[in-house]
Amino acid sequence: MTSKSDQSSTWADRTIAETYRADWGRLLSLLVARTRRLDLAEDALSEAFARATERWPTAGIPGNPAGWLYTTASRVVLGQLRSEAIHGRKARLLAVSTDWIQPTATGDIGDLDDERLAMVLLCCHPALHPAARSPLALRLVIGTTTEDIARLFVVSRATMAARITRAKKKIVAAGIPLSAPVGNELRTRLDDVCRTIYLAFTAGYAPASGPDLLRTELAGEAVELAAVLFRLVPDSPQVQALYGLLLLQHARRGARVANGRLITLAEQDRSLWRQDEIRTGTELIVDLPFGVGYTEELRLQGLIAVEHARASTAYDTHWPTIAALYARLETLTGSPIVRLNRAVAVGESEGPQAGLDVIDGLDDALANNHRLHAVRADLARRAGKTRLARTAYHAALELCTNEVEQRYLTHRLATLDPPNP
Amino acid sequence: MKYFVLLAGDGDVGPWDQLSPEEQEATFAKFGAFDEACGKRAGVETLAGEALQDGSTATTMRTRGGESTVTDGPFAEATEQIGGFYVIEAPDLDTMTDLCRILPPYDIEIRPVVDMG
Repeated sequence: MTSKSDQSSTWADRTIAETYRADWGRLLSLLVARTRRLDLAEDALSEAFARATERWPTAGIPGNPAGWLYTTASRVVLGQLRSEAIHGRKARLLAVSTDWIQPTATGDIGDLDDERLAMVLLCCHPALHPAARSPLALRLVIGTTTEDIARLFVVSRATMAARITRAKKKIVAAGIPLSAPVGNELRTRLDDVCRTIYLAFTAGYAPASGPDLLRTELAGEAVELAAVLFRLVPDSPQVQALYGLLLLQHARRGARVANGRLITLAEQDRSLWRQDEIRTGTELIVDLPFGVGYTEELRLQGLIAVEHARASTAYDTHWPTIAALYARLETLTGSPIVRLNRAVAVGESEGPQAGLDVIDGLDDALANNHRLHAVRADLARRAGKTRLARTAYHAALELCTNEVEQRYLTHRLATLDPPNP
Repeated sequence: MKYFVLLAGDGDVGPWDQLSPEEQEATFAKFGAFDEACGKRAGVETLAGEALQDGSTATTMRTRGGESTVTDGPFAEATEQIGGFYVIEAPDLDTMTDLCRILPPYDIEIRPVVDMG
């Protein structure tokens, strides 16, 4: 039995959480666009949410929660500006490009697509350090906490906070403008944006160091960012490819770890895959025409994910198609990682020895990559080359820093056939 | 805002004395086109712009512990290739990068000037 105040407090907390998720980026974009004070706007909006957390459980939830938060944050900014004026301080304003139209002060806060897109483009500006772009976009556009972003990229909170602060300072100091690029300029910039979001997503799934193999929820933040971008620019093929690809990969999240153990694609319980997301992702990918450059990279990766999703059991996977897609991707990118993935596909479609042949020559490029050794070990094990498998598992374990994956490798090593007497 | 634009390295242009007369002329034409584009662009004004003599003519002064020494040569090896600079008033960084694409393909550093206002 819960008391009435408990109920309203839970209700208020839920509304705040929902508003945060749905409206943080819109509200911040509008505040930044109107005040041109990146520094003040973010703090003020955080302050507004803090006040809501304090007030709403007792005073009740306002009729227009986003409007209340916006008004409160605006007042906080105004207070700051007044205090700066009194102390004779003059902070530099965020630059805006000449074609920028300042949103009207009395405008509706419902539809802010232009401001939000401008904010995404600002965060992914090429003049910012690449390592700062995705964190900044997650922070400003989605409202991911600095702590979570730090966890996603496996750095300390202090390091990440410093990185984000430095990037925000650079934006203002160097005059990186809020702008509304169109045509070719927008297309070029969108490549950067897509790379940035994909990086944030893979950080959540990359076997990095630390005990949590998958920072699944955090990868979800990147999917959310892609969803926002797709809504903002629905006619851009690279954005469509990115969103489709992320949906397809993220749809497998529930099946990737069980009991702290990494579950390989082959062993995953496919009933745990999110079919609705797979459907949407598949539609987005197969609908795309043949592309070029980064768009085509994303599309090919998307087609590979579609191929995996299409198989109702691992046994049904059509590996020759996947191997062929990886071959096209390898031609396009020249990436050793792509070649490594192709080796896995070839190992499935043509046998483990053929897979081992594809790996040959990758040792220099991927000298410190534990996956090269792990893949070689698995292929060698299946080819009956136990001694090679053993050496490769040891090499992989030496380089692997992810605890969950280490357990997988140790398990494999321990269950290898004993050496012939 | 005010930007300091440093032509910091030869980049794709290559050393000046190794350019053919035609290439030198084409390079000059690009500087001309840049000046013209800056003149036409709203909110942009060129406040200063000079080409510098090469690094072998540089003299470096250093002061340590109150004692100043004068030596031959540029401050650091990396600054040998500095070929010139501009100081330009422009609304934002995107305007600057946009305009600098018109310049000959030197390696270029763009830095905001401290606002003393």
